Amino acid sequence: MKIPLSRIAHGRSGDKGDMANIGIIAYEERHYPILLREVTPERVKQHFGDRIRGSVVRHELPNLGALNFLCHEALGGGGTLSMRIDAQGKTYAAGLLGMEIDADPSEFGD
Amino acid sequence: MIRIANGQGFWGDWLEAPVRLVEQGPIDYLILDYLAEVTMSIVQKQKQADPNLGYARDFPPLIGRIAARIKERGVKVIANAGGVNPVACAREVKRLAPQLKVAVVIGDDVLDRIPDFLARGLELRNLDTGKPLSEIGSEITSANAYIGAFPLAEALGTGADVVIAGRCTDTALAVGPMIHAFGWKPADFHLLAAGTIAGHIVECGAQCTGGNCIADWQSMPDFANIGYPIIEAEPDGSFVITKHTGTGGRVSLDTVKEQLLYELGDPHNYITPDGIADFTTVRLASDGPDRVRVTGIQGRPATPFLKISISYHDGYKAIGTLCYSWPNALEKAQLADRIVRQRLEDLNLRFAAMDSEFFGANACHGPAAPANSQPAEVMLRIGVQDRNKKSVDRFTRELIPLVLNGPPTATGYGDGRPPVREVIAYWPALIPREEIVTRVEVVE
Repeated sequence: MKIPLSRIAHGRSGDKGDMANIGIIAYEERHYPILLREVTPERVKQHFGDRIRGSVVRHELPNLGALNFLCHEALGGGGTLSMRIDAQGKTYAAGLLGMEIDADPSEFGD
Repeated sequence: MIRIANGQGFWGDWLEAPVRLVEQGPIDYLILDYLAEVTMSIVQKQKQADPNLGYARDFPPLIGRIAARIKERGVKVIANAGGVNPVACAREVKRLAPQLKVAVVIGDDVLDRIPDFLARGLELRNLDTGKPLSEIGSEITSANAYIGAFPLAEALGTGADVVIAGRCTDTALAVGPMIHAFGWKPADFHLLAAGTIAGHIVECGAQCTGGNCIADWQSMPDFANIGYPIIEAEPDGSFVITKHTGTGGRVSLDTVKEQLLYELGDPHNYITPDGIADFTTVRLASDGPDRVRVTGIQGRPATPFLKISISYHDGYKAIGTLCYSWPNALEKAQLADRIVRQRLEDLNLRFAAMDSEFFGANACHGPAAPANSQPAEVMLRIGVQDRNKKSVDRFTRELIPLVLNGPPTATGYGDGRPPVREVIAYWPALIPREEIVTRVEVVE
């Protein structure tokens, strides 16, 4: 079934120049494999559409049950050049947590 | 064990936080992070206008306010408040708090040395684009090397009550006291990595104690009195993140994990002047209410380079807004955007960059935002950026006329036309470590 990523994960996002980093963290360690399977770099790029012009690279932090996405050319030039309200990508984690993922109730159920 | 508290995550953070950290419980070191990249060019300009300025002006009054208490309790303060004029900052601190011993770390400001670097064949290639600095083609407004924790520890070694640095790394503020108290050496790279990650967790102040935390934010206790973070650091590199008893906010696995991931690049290679930290080695465990224990951190030795950040003038920009009410607020705002663009084109005005956003519809997340067929209002926000100031200035006159000559229900133009702002851009580069020689001075 479809569930929003926010049901099993939280996160935080920020910037480095024109690159946004989005950290996504499983609330429970047992849900980390769902993140690994469902939250691929391709899906992240697709989710944000033209907001992310460059590549998306995924780093894994199994010790924290977390994934770190580096989204290139994602902040309208970044830093002082950007004219966007969220030039620092502060809200991108919330945006990604709204993405729907496929998960079996037996995987994420209480 | 030593207690290191961070009372300022950036210049502009909560003024009460450092005072409360000193008043509300035991700490040994108070660290304060004032510098962002944009800050360096601002303070450089202030120094050019007045040779006695060029530092974080909030800092000396703060020290004046807490001087008696930190002297009484033996709390040492370490801050990168010096900007491009740490000595002037220190003199102002001495004027307001003459009973304190103040030391400064000098040597990060390399603005005057850039021509010499280039003449000697250092290309200072941009870390992002690979271009050599000689292609910058406009005025350089500041240049600073990021210095690490060892000079801060050296300054603490003078017995100073207050240590003021210029452009040191945020994490060095936390590692400096650990080196000073525990005698860590440059070869202790696992320990330095642990200190660095402790510094990373606290460097944004309350962002690790419940601030900006997505996990369970609705139940966050007493935001109004949020406690700022404290590291309880051990000589073996393990540490606990906590906050004073009775303060608001929360320290939990969730709040610490979120901050660990904040502004993180490759987790295996978190590079600082003090060494390389590996975030995939972090082990977290709950250690009672509002306490998280951190162990297991590994690192690698420092690289032979330091990062320098060069700021330069890169033209002008202006951003204007107009608000449209429902019904069909988004359609009205989108039409207004097309009209502005048409009029600019008819004036033969071209810009290096132009960007439009629609607040209330999709400004933060673009296509990732949920659909809302009838938002109550939508704010059109248009920005332009260019090296030609006249073009940018002309743009600022094209929004307000729409109130009378565009689609209906435009409002929110009360502040008049938007200001034209100078754009300061950044040029990150590497420089051989031996080029940067710091020294410590005690300011009388």
